[in-house]
Amino acid sequence: MSEIGERVKKIVVEHLGVEPEKVIDSASFIDDLGADSLDTVELVMAFEEEFGCEIPDDAAETILTVGDATKFLEKNAKS
Amino acid sequence: MRRVVVTGLGMLTPLGCGVDATWARILAGDSGGKKIDTFEVSDLPSQVACYIPRGDGSNGTFNPDQWMEPKDQRKVDDFIIYAMCAARQALDDADWHPKSDEDQFATGTMIGSGIGGLTGIAETAVLLKERGPRRVSPFFIPGRLINLASGYVSIEHGLKGPNHAVVTACSTGAHAVGDAARLIALGDAEVMVAGGAESPISRIGIAGFCSARALSTGFNDTPTKASRPYDKDRDGFVMGEGAGVLVLEEYEHAKRRGAKIYAEVTGYGLSGDAFHITSPPPDGNGGFRSMSMALKRAGLAASDLDYINAHGTSTQVGDEIELGAVERLLGNAASKVSMSSTKSATGHLLGAAGAIEAIFAILAIRDNVVPPTINLDNPSVQTAIDLVPHTSRKRDVNVALSNSFGFGGTNASVIVQRVTN
Repeated sequence: MSEIGERVKKIVVEHLGVEPEKVIDSASFIDDLGADSLDTVELVMAFEEEFGCEIPDDAAETILTVGDATKFLEKNAKS
Repeated sequence: MRRVVVTGLGMLTPLGCGVDATWARILAGDSGGKKIDTFEVSDLPSQVACYIPRGDGSNGTFNPDQWMEPKDQRKVDDFIIYAMCAARQALDDADWHPKSDEDQFATGTMIGSGIGGLTGIAETAVLLKERGPRRVSPFFIPGRLINLASGYVSIEHGLKGPNHAVVTACSTGAHAVGDAARLIALGDAEVMVAGGAESPISRIGIAGFCSARALSTGFNDTPTKASRPYDKDRDGFVMGEGAGVLVLEEYEHAKRRGAKIYAEVTGYGLSGDAFHITSPPPDGNGGFRSMSMALKRAGLAASDLDYINAHGTSTQVGDEIELGAVERLLGNAASKVSMSSTKSATGHLLGAAGAIEAIFAILAIRDNVVPPTINLDNPSVQTAIDLVPHTSRKRDVNVALSNSFGFGGTNASVIVQRVTN
C-alpha cells in the first residue's frame, strides 16, 4: 500500500472505529465499514485536513470506497 | 392517577462513577472539590471545580470507553457520554432491557441538561472564525443539542416511547423526574429513563458564571472547603459535572415483573418566581409554593417530611432564602426534619443536580440515614432545622423532598416515599 494509502487507512480506522484489516481498497465506507451519511462527510473533511487539499462536493460524491479515496488523494494531495 | 415507583438508579458524580461509589463517599463526608487543571484559570476569579474522577474504570473511576464507543465519543460533548454512563447503570440496576415492540414502545426517555454542549459550541465558534465553515463537523449540531442525551440513550437501549428532554437550568433534573413520573401516571409510558447530565467545567463556563457573580472565589487554595452551604463564609457555588438517571416505572408493572422497588414518587410541585433572571425573591415564595404543591399532590402535611435535600448551592443570598421558605413550610415541625445540601460535597451539577439529589433522597430512605452538609462550621443563621453538619446520621427516613431552583425563576420539588402497600 502506498504511503498515502496508509494515511487514508489510519484516518478511516480512527473515524469509523473499525478493525484495520477491514480497511481494504475495495471496502465501501457505507456498505462495508458501517459509516452513515454524516460519517462520510466527516471523513472527507478529515482527508482534506490531512492532505491539505480541497475535495469539492462533486468529487466527494464519487469517493465511495477506501480505494476511491486513495486514488483521488494520490492525484490531489498537497501535503 | 397511576402510581409511579423508582426501580433503577445510575449516577456519575465528582465523588465517583456509580451509585454505591458516590453514596459511600457522600456518607463519609468527602468533598469532590479540586483546583481546576484542565484549562487556564490564572485570569479567572474562581479556580475550583468538582471534576468527575477519570481513570481506568476501577475503584469508582470513570472510563468513558466503558460507556460509549470512542468513535462516538468524538462526535459529542461530554454531557452525552455522562448520560450514557448513568442511563446504562440505571437500566442494568432495574434489570429492564426491553426487547419486544410492546416493551420498547412503553419505555421512554427524558434526560435533560441545563446548558448542553457548551464546550463544543465554544470550540467550534473559534474554528469557524479561524478556519471557515468547511471545517465545521457534521456532528457539531447533533453532538451539542440537549435532547441528544435522550436521543443517544434511546438508540443504545431501544427505547421507543416518549423521547423528551427538560431544559430548566438548575431545576432540569428535578423537572425531568417529576415530568417523567407524570407521563407514567397519565399512561403515556410504563417506564421512563429520566434525569439530567451536565459538562459545564470549561473556560467559557467558568467565565460566564463568574461574571454572573455566582461562583466561589475565596477558596481557590482550599478547594474542598469552597462549597459550604449555610456557612457564614460561603461565597458562591462550585461548578460540578456528571449525570444522574432514574428508572421510573408504573407500580403494577414493576410488581408484575418482580422488580426491586426503591421508593415511590408521590409528590411533584412546580412554580415560577416571575421576579429576576438569576435571583429568587427575598421571601422565597416560589420555592415555598413548589414545595407546598408537592405536598398537596402527595396528600401529605409538612410534618410528614423526614428529610429535605436542599437546593442549597452555597450562594450568599440563595441559601437563606430557601431556608426561610422551608421554615415557613414546616412551622412547628421544623425541629423534626433534617435538611442537608449534598452540593457541599458534589458541587453544583446544574442540570444534573436535581437528578442526583433525588437519588440521594431515595438512598436516605433506603438506608435510614441522612447525608451531611460538609464544611458547615458556623451557620449564618440560627434554625430549628437540623442541617446535618459535617457527618451523616442514622435516623428514620420515610418521606423525603428534594428541591431544585433554576435561573429564570424556575422551581421544582419532588417527594419520594418508602413504598407501602
